[in-house]
Amino acid sequence: MSSSQSHRLPSGGLIDRSAPLNFRFDGKTFSGFQGDTLASALIANGVKLVGRSFKYHRPRGILTAGSEEPNALVELRTGARREPNTKATTAELYEGLEAASQNRWPSLRHDVMSVNQLFAPIFVAGFYYKTFMWPAKFWEAIYEPAIRRAAGLGRAAGVADPDHYDKAWAHCDVLIGGSGPAGLAAALAAGRSGARVILCEEDFSLGGRLLADGGTIDGLPAAEWLSRTLAELAALPDVRIMTRMTLFGVYDGGTYGALERVNDHLPSPPEHQVRQRLWRIVARRCVVAAGAIERPIVFVGNDTPGVMMASAMRTYVARYAATPAKRIALFTNNEDGWRTVETALGSGLQIAAVIDARPDVSPAHRSLASKGGFPVLHGSVSGVDGGKDGVRKIAVSLTGGARAEVEADGLAVSGGWNPAVGLTSYHRGRPKWSDDIAAFVPDGAPPGMVAAGAANGAFGLGACLAEGFTAGSAAAHDAGHSGKAGTAPVADDEAFSLTPLWHVAGKGKAFVDYQHDVTASDIELAQREGFESVEHLKRYTTLGMATDQGKTSNVAGLAIMAAVSGRSIPETGTTIYRPPYVPVAIGAFAGHHRDETFHATRLTPSHHWAAEQGAVFVDTGLWKRAQWYPRTGEKDWLESVTREVKAVRGGVGFCDVSTLGKIDVHGPDAGAFLDRVYINTFSNLAVGKARYGLMLREDGIVYDDGTTSRLAEDHYFLTTTTAKAGLVMQHLEFCRQVLFPELDVQLTSVSDQWAQFSIAGPKTRDLLREIVDPAEDLSNEGFPFMGAREVALRGGIKARLFRISFSGEMAFEISVPARFGDAMARNLMLAGKPFGVTPYGTEALGVMRVEKGHVAGPELSGTTTAADLGLGKMMSTKKDFIGRVMAGREALVAPDRQVVVGVKPTDKARRLRSGAHIIPKGQTPGPGNDQGYVTSVCFSPTSDQWIGLGLVERGRERTGEIVQAHDPLRGEDYEVELCNPVFYDPDGVRQRG
Amino acid sequence: MRIACPFCGERELGEFTYLGDAKPVRPAAGASEDEVFDYVYLRDNVAGETSEHWYHGGGCRAWLKVGRNTLTHEISSVEPAAGAGARQAAK
Repeated sequence: MSSSQSHRLPSGGLIDRSAPLNFRFDGKTFSGFQGDTLASALIANGVKLVGRSFKYHRPRGILTAGSEEPNALVELRTGARREPNTKATTAELYEGLEAASQNRWPSLRHDVMSVNQLFAPIFVAGFYYKTFMWPAKFWEAIYEPAIRRAAGLGRAAGVADPDHYDKAWAHCDVLIGGSGPAGLAAALAAGRSGARVILCEEDFSLGGRLLADGGTIDGLPAAEWLSRTLAELAALPDVRIMTRMTLFGVYDGGTYGALERVNDHLPSPPEHQVRQRLWRIVARRCVVAAGAIERPIVFVGNDTPGVMMASAMRTYVARYAATPAKRIALFTNNEDGWRTVETALGSGLQIAAVIDARPDVSPAHRSLASKGGFPVLHGSVSGVDGGKDGVRKIAVSLTGGARAEVEADGLAVSGGWNPAVGLTSYHRGRPKWSDDIAAFVPDGAPPGMVAAGAANGAFGLGACLAEGFTAGSAAAHDAGHSGKAGTAPVADDEAFSLTPLWHVAGKGKAFVDYQHDVTASDIELAQREGFESVEHLKRYTTLGMATDQGKTSNVAGLAIMAAVSGRSIPETGTTIYRPPYVPVAIGAFAGHHRDETFHATRLTPSHHWAAEQGAVFVDTGLWKRAQWYPRTGEKDWLESVTREVKAVRGGVGFCDVSTLGKIDVHGPDAGAFLDRVYINTFSNLAVGKARYGLMLREDGIVYDDGTTSRLAEDHYFLTTTTAKAGLVMQHLEFCRQVLFPELDVQLTSVSDQWAQFSIAGPKTRDLLREIVDPAEDLSNEGFPFMGAREVALRGGIKARLFRISFSGEMAFEISVPARFGDAMARNLMLAGKPFGVTPYGTEALGVMRVEKGHVAGPELSGTTTAADLGLGKMMSTKKDFIGRVMAGREALVAPDRQVVVGVKPTDKARRLRSGAHIIPKGQTPGPGNDQGYVTSVCFSPTSDQWIGLGLVERGRERTGEIVQAHDPLRGEDYEVELCNPVFYDPDGVRQRG
Repeated sequence: MRIACPFCGERELGEFTYLGDAKPVRPAAGASEDEVFDYVYLRDNVAGETSEHWYHGGGCRAWLKVGRNTLTHEISSVEPAAGAGARQAAK
């Protein structure tokens, strides 16, 4: 199996050679081992070309070994699980993995769009702005579709994601991001002190750079120290270690965002498991031990496959036993890069040369070179000869001007290290420049957070351990834990001498941002064209705006801008850092809030009974309400609804109205309280009576309406509309707690406690007598219109009965405890059989309310006053109430306001549509003569035509006038008559009967 | 963001609803239209310490007065509104 792995070392590495894995890349089968990433497995198989670049379609290889990777992006998996732009450097290998390269056609090796390189001059910085400016109409028709085809990297799956994503909360004293030496030392100190610790590690293995770079800690080899430390941490009761988990953001109040890739390392999640989990972690303190990112040097041909970060090169060799090259050249400006030479020599690889940009090299390295038999060239790389098959030759310009050439199949590059300052800068923090390491380091951090180790600019192993330990101990102490942290692990610091070098000038493309194909000359051009500010530079050239957010490119870009604009790097500054630190799938943010579980669903107490009846349900906010109850043979909804309306008006029907908001108002000041929140008076309402109430917002506009009953001297029962149930409760609590704290009153939401049914029609009393205890007097005298009181039902259950009518018929509403709602619906059907009882839905309810001219949601639109609704007379002049003063403003009492009026087409056969505008007859419609619109419509079985309500200028004075309904949305114009909004029983005889 | 409700303890933002500036006081009955207009509409656009009304609708339904810095989002104080059982909270 491993025989095909031509670039795998015979031994070593943290891979499990007893667990071989097959995988496919671009249709070709390869093998790797458990413990590989896709990138390390491709390297082990000698694959160098893994993708094409974004703009120029240049061949690209693997640059890094971590989540900062800009090049090696693949489409991972197939079908519905295909995920574009997945980093091969972090994708764990599993049996049967399938990946495909991106941004190439027809194949990676022969890519048609690579002709873009020939047109490179037009793809310079700002080319979108310069090239596609005119003619304007070409944009939608030609430019945009063409750009969309050519641009972008991977393809989305195009079908629904079959996997589940979860969201979870966690709480701890000390959160640690990163499990390198600093993070582990912090965890030891905090854990020993007794703090609750969560340690997040992005990788699937713990140890950070220790995994590749080794070292000696407490006199032990790093691997041994690591396993002892992990064992100690595992034994601590409150230390939780989470791998495959990236800390991506910090939010107010010590809340952190983290993404756990629970099952990304498997072909598909096991049954009942999620793919990823989004964590929100609340931590008293946070230690960011996120390490540092090695940075490239910008030189011509630096994107040739085979050019790789020096640290990545030795990671592949040491951790994965995979050799990116057989004969390696190193280009470095610092001491750390030499570690790659040591690792390579230790693994039997050949070193072609070291090109060191510093004036001098340490004696130890000099003797290493002579022992290894390779030259040390003082100078810099000026070009790379190679192509899609990788590096062949490297051109070197030596200090002093001479030139040299090095033959090698791999070039390791180290331009120094940038601390990962993302997390510490997310609250608009700006990192500060450190001359010592020629890099930005954190300058403070969000409250509760501290950086330690390489993330804080401390690069030596000893310094990382010491800083991590101190930070962990302090964090535990700050979080209230004073246990003994014991002694800190100790190690020596390596030398880190660096001579800054950002850019080697030369002819040809030298890439700064690999993922967005931004070159050094793009930055120079931006400067010449005046885009010197870093924020302008970023947007003009798109530097750092790709999915890697410029982790390997930003600082080099700033340095080049600084050089060409004659400023220092700190003067040039950085752009603002924003989360997430790594791309997070929208699916993870959504979690289970998708499809039918997008939001909670509320079912009415009679829902299951209604479903048995075959009801059609409609979504009303979170509620499912029965809209109508179709019967066999009915051809459409209108036929069903018309039947239901006629059944109510001619006999009896019932409807579940439990969705109305219900609030119990208790206390000696309950009446006074209601007087202040409603425009009309409730303190003088007799016990046992109900009254319709209207409440305003403080700005004088109508807020909500409903019926309120007085059940006892100090007890009112208030109802709200379905839509505003929660908001009215909030508003009333505000009035009670903030505005009128002197009133002795309490509010209790009882919306879910009561099942409420409207029973309507001339035979209502007949039906109710079958349900209610015969001792209760339901006669017109014993229970008059707007009566409200508790009654006993047959069988003894207590119910609340209200003689109120929304339909205009003789009607009651009856409330029973919600658990009896289902039984009530069944009993009404049973008891009502002799009277032909008919359940009706919200549609028939709406028809009857329009026929009766009652206002509802479309009229309570947030723009109407009480007077607009024809309810101006309800406004008491004898008391203060919410909205009273503002309702009296000039424009709110103007005589030409749009007010509620009835509308009906003059052609009785015509269908009226809501939304149609009302304009004077015979005029050409326009904004100048728009006098209002139709708000609610229905087919009225009683009137035998379509009718509606509208808000029309001076509408009440104009009844009888023929106007024009103009409906540009549907292309309709027709005549309608303005009329009394009460189409049915205008004198209200029926509801009082 | 997290708010330490005096009744429920520290809870996350999602349990709360923001209303606005807690400084304006509703004018007494009989106030002029101008006074009420100021109360309803006029707000300072503060960069710094503010006092705000928040509703703990996902918890105890108390209205709270929250001292918050609009520049740093730092919360300096949380008190129950006058009618939200302030005395019980103080115990």
